[in-house]
Amino acid sequence: MKLALKVTEVEQLSPLVKRFRFEDPKGASLPVFSGGAHITVDMPEEDAIRRNSYSLISDPYDGTGYEIAVRREDRGRGGSLYMHTKVAEGDDITVSLPSNLFQLDLRAKKHVLIGGGIGITPFLSQLKQLEMEQKPFELHYAARSREEAAGLKLLQEAAHIHVHISEEGARMDLGAILDGQPMGTHVYTCGPDGLITAVADQTARLGWPKTAVHSEAFTAPPPGEPFEVVIASTGQTVTVKADQSLLEALEAAKVEIDSSCRGGACGRCHTKVTACDGRILHNDHWLSEGERAAQQDIMPCMSRFKGTRLELDL
Amino acid sequence: MTMQFNDETFRGDYSYFNSPAAVKRFPFPFDQDSYMYSVNIEQHPGGPKGSPFEFAFDVDEHYVAEMKDREITLAGDPMRCQSLPHMELAGWDLLELIMVSKARDYPELFKLTRDGNDWHWVNKPLGIEKRFTFLDPTTLPCGPMEYITRQAQGDFALLHEREGNLWLDAGMITSQADWSLDFDVGMNFFEWHAPVPKARKMGVFDKALKFLLAVGQDQSYRRLNWTMTVNPRLDTSPENYHKWGPEKRTVTPENVGKKQFLRVELQTFWRLPRSNALAFPIRCYLANLEDIASQPKWGRRLHRVLRDIDPDLAEYKGFAVNQKYIVDYLSQFDDGAETSPGIFPD
Repeated sequence: MKLALKVTEVEQLSPLVKRFRFEDPKGASLPVFSGGAHITVDMPEEDAIRRNSYSLISDPYDGTGYEIAVRREDRGRGGSLYMHTKVAEGDDITVSLPSNLFQLDLRAKKHVLIGGGIGITPFLSQLKQLEMEQKPFELHYAARSREEAAGLKLLQEAAHIHVHISEEGARMDLGAILDGQPMGTHVYTCGPDGLITAVADQTARLGWPKTAVHSEAFTAPPPGEPFEVVIASTGQTVTVKADQSLLEALEAAKVEIDSSCRGGACGRCHTKVTACDGRILHNDHWLSEGERAAQQDIMPCMSRFKGTRLELDL
Repeated sequence: MTMQFNDETFRGDYSYFNSPAAVKRFPFPFDQDSYMYSVNIEQHPGGPKGSPFEFAFDVDEHYVAEMKDREITLAGDPMRCQSLPHMELAGWDLLELIMVSKARDYPELFKLTRDGNDWHWVNKPLGIEKRFTFLDPTTLPCGPMEYITRQAQGDFALLHEREGNLWLDAGMITSQADWSLDFDVGMNFFEWHAPVPKARKMGVFDKALKFLLAVGQDQSYRRLNWTMTVNPRLDTSPENYHKWGPEKRTVTPENVGKKQFLRVELQTFWRLPRSNALAFPIRCYLANLEDIASQPKWGRRLHRVLRDIDPDLAEYKGFAVNQKYIVDYLSQFDDGAETSPGIFPD
């Protein structure tokens, strides 16, 4: 199911980040959601629809509208540029219902949220949920400079909300944040891979259970060189353009395929490879190292191919 | 539409009965003349008008009596309803889902008026009228899951998602086919399904879990499961096995048609919005062999299914001890004619 909404607000939060608000054109209430949920936005262009997923940053229990924040990626395949250059107040926009791959574990005695750069977004809805649920938490937001820190406009000043601006010499010290947290604390990280790895390393050193360490790294699919795939059941050849994901190309060619997050995290589009003469460029967070090396599986929402023949079990 | 509610019991004198209309709409679970496990999942709600699939939460002639039976079971054993502390939000989600659905689908029976978080709920069949504050547990006499499931037919399990698995962390379970919430609470999907024969090896659970984890807020689904029960008893729990287990031995060739019930579970799956938990309602329908055989297609088919079933499944479903009586009885309705596809009667 899709929601046909109107763009009701566009706000420049920082030189690279815009906030968008979507509402039902007739003012109907939208389904509420859980902190950390995302929606997928349709971006129709000429012959195909590009789709990106964005974390919801608005109050999860407020059905009057959905809000997202989008960082412009000039070297991306065009999704964020579309949002920045083609979407204006009053436009129609089609989005998916919310779905959540980064939910809070409400068993936690305390929640520590760590966001790097645009990775602050899922925490904006989570902290509203935590406030409503009256759960103890602290949030750490790291950014390079105050100018780039789009999240600043969306965060309240509060004792448990910490901003770390590295340009001002206030680099985030993960050891200091994580050491001494009470038993039963859960930590959630969203941001660059380096930050997620650093939190994982630090919590491992401190002996945290793995089940108390959560992260979300899904990003938009990267662009790349065009390539072709063959559909095993029909013999059809599908061309994937430079600024298109394999999933988008399959959808444009009306090949039936399941999908959800479009960021390599949920596993729904997991597809078997029946022939591979070349190298799969894995960009997902779903397949294991072993599966990547074997080249018998691919996540079409994120991954690409370089070589002479890739045949998919579709 | 006015609905008549049966004056009937599910224990003691077992006065439970199905009206002719209830028999016709019974969710017969077999779409062919044989049975093996399958992930037989369809979208829900949706189905022929008047069928138990038409609405999100079916309300039928047994509603009031079933709620009375639940009250008796809970009074004897409060542990049939449990909710781990982190599941309260899921309980509110479930309360909202059920109240909104029932008020929409049965406006002559239920009414919900909402002004922000100030809610007013009217349940005419049970004579309940309640004003409360949504998400404020101090305004209800008990937790939100218990409150609403004392007013909704069927068992309810609430599943918490974490670590790529589902955890049975809350439930109202008083009409179960021989499993215990008190034993299973806190278990994950594979743990609570461990007693089911063959299925794990067949890969059924891996597929089912993958499917359930992918259920979205905008999609809900159903499947039918079944077993056999002697006497129309909802509470066939392990805790009370001493009460109903021996009744299996009271079946004779003379009374099998009246005493032996086909027990069908209409299981549905819902992604809850605020908690991101999954709700798993398990609605139980009972019809004895006489009722089933009143529909010629069902009589023929049930005979073939139970005659040819895998012996492990007959044992697991608890009717191996009476299988001969059952099959002999049903054989009189099987003239060897072909049966039409699908579950609905001809």
